[in-house]
Amino acid sequence: MKVSVTVNGAAQEHEVEPRLLLVHYIRDVVGLTGTNIGCDTSSCGACTLLVDGESVKSCTMLAAQADGAQITTIEGLAGTEGNMHPMQEAFREKHALQCGYCTPGMVMAAVSLLEENPNPTETEVREGLEGNLCRCTGYHNIVQAVLHAASGAGSVTA
Amino acid sequence: MIPAGFDYRRASTVDEALSLLADGGEDAKLLAGGHSLLPLMKLRLAAPSMLVDIGRLQDLSFVREEGDSVVVGALTRHRDLETSDVLRQHLPLLSHVAGQVGDPQVRHRGTIGGSVAHGDPASDLPAACLALGATFTATGANGTRQIASADFFQGFLETALAPDEILTSITLPKATGAGWSFQKFNRRAQDWAIVGVAAVRGDRPGIGLVNMGSVPLRATAAEEALAGGASESEAAARATEGLDPPGDLNASPEYRVHLAQVLVRRALEEARAA
Repeated sequence: MKVSVTVNGAAQEHEVEPRLLLVHYIRDVVGLTGTNIGCDTSSCGACTLLVDGESVKSCTMLAAQADGAQITTIEGLAGTEGNMHPMQEAFREKHALQCGYCTPGMVMAAVSLLEENPNPTETEVREGLEGNLCRCTGYHNIVQAVLHAASGAGSVTA
Repeated sequence: MIPAGFDYRRASTVDEALSLLADGGEDAKLLAGGHSLLPLMKLRLAAPSMLVDIGRLQDLSFVREEGDSVVVGALTRHRDLETSDVLRQHLPLLSHVAGQVGDPQVRHRGTIGGSVAHGDPASDLPAACLALGATFTATGANGTRQIASADFFQGFLETALAPDEILTSITLPKATGAGWSFQKFNRRAQDWAIVGVAAVRGDRPGIGLVNMGSVPLRATAAEEALAGGASESEAAARATEGLDPPGDLNASPEYRVHLAQVLVRRALEEARAA
């Protein structure tokens, strides 16, 4: 079947099998490998990307279901001149990663969280990221980074 | 993990979905948000020959007041239940429970109709629907019919829905101002409840249990005890009468029985104080 989506602002159209998962479509068909596959059971959040602006676990969605949608992956956050998104900048500033495997999903979930709740408390950040696991146990600095981004401090692209 | 192959059809109306479902035969399944069905398909525990995608039937995504009731469209996502002003005012239990399902990403996709039609005893929303005395509306080739939530869940992942019917909406009596509580006991934030209790008090009290049997259940004996004037502790002690909860890695049946009684007591106390 034919799937037409916009990925990071660019129109994409491909013939795909109905059973193709969105995460495989993004990685293997579109060729954007920043979105990671972790648990593959909608638990860990590594595959989180934005569908029409909202965080979604792309291992638990068919590419067919995304037909017509605007998709944003980690590659689509940075500005055109290479300047980082405020959330990426905050993750760097606060050293919110160790191995980095959860980071793309964590950043996308955090962007969606602030879209819905621009001024979260620390508790709201922790609860808002409940769908993303970091096995380096780096949650402390991840939470600090999201609060930092929410405060507007260190934002370079605004 | 990749699902077995299937035909995919997208419906743009309920009638079209019914027609596609009929064409697909016994092995056709409806796809809404996909957050119950797709995991089963990836594990090859389900292998439908056809998926009829009803995820775009916007007509079935709504929360509206109708007299003394609130009607919720089956395709209303958990996120939309969580943020609905109508629910917050008239059915805060349902709004709160929706906000406890899975995690934000799951709540952006999962729908109340999908959760209810899946009929998983470990799901939160069916227990809330039972506690609140919901009625489910199903649409089939021969029109619509109403199914009381108490008659809806019939066996493990089995409901009263016929294979050629679609759950279209859920009607719940308003519980404006009534005390309520949801007790979800789990080990990690995003896990299924080991045991959960949804309770509402006031004019139409009800107690729903999560993960205490092969289907979502009401704590009937506790409800009757409470109605008969028993104390919260006395009622809670009867919450598991006649139940046969499952044992798994997280909890033995005996532990679940104990936990359910504790959580029902806490729920009733919190709902009274609310």
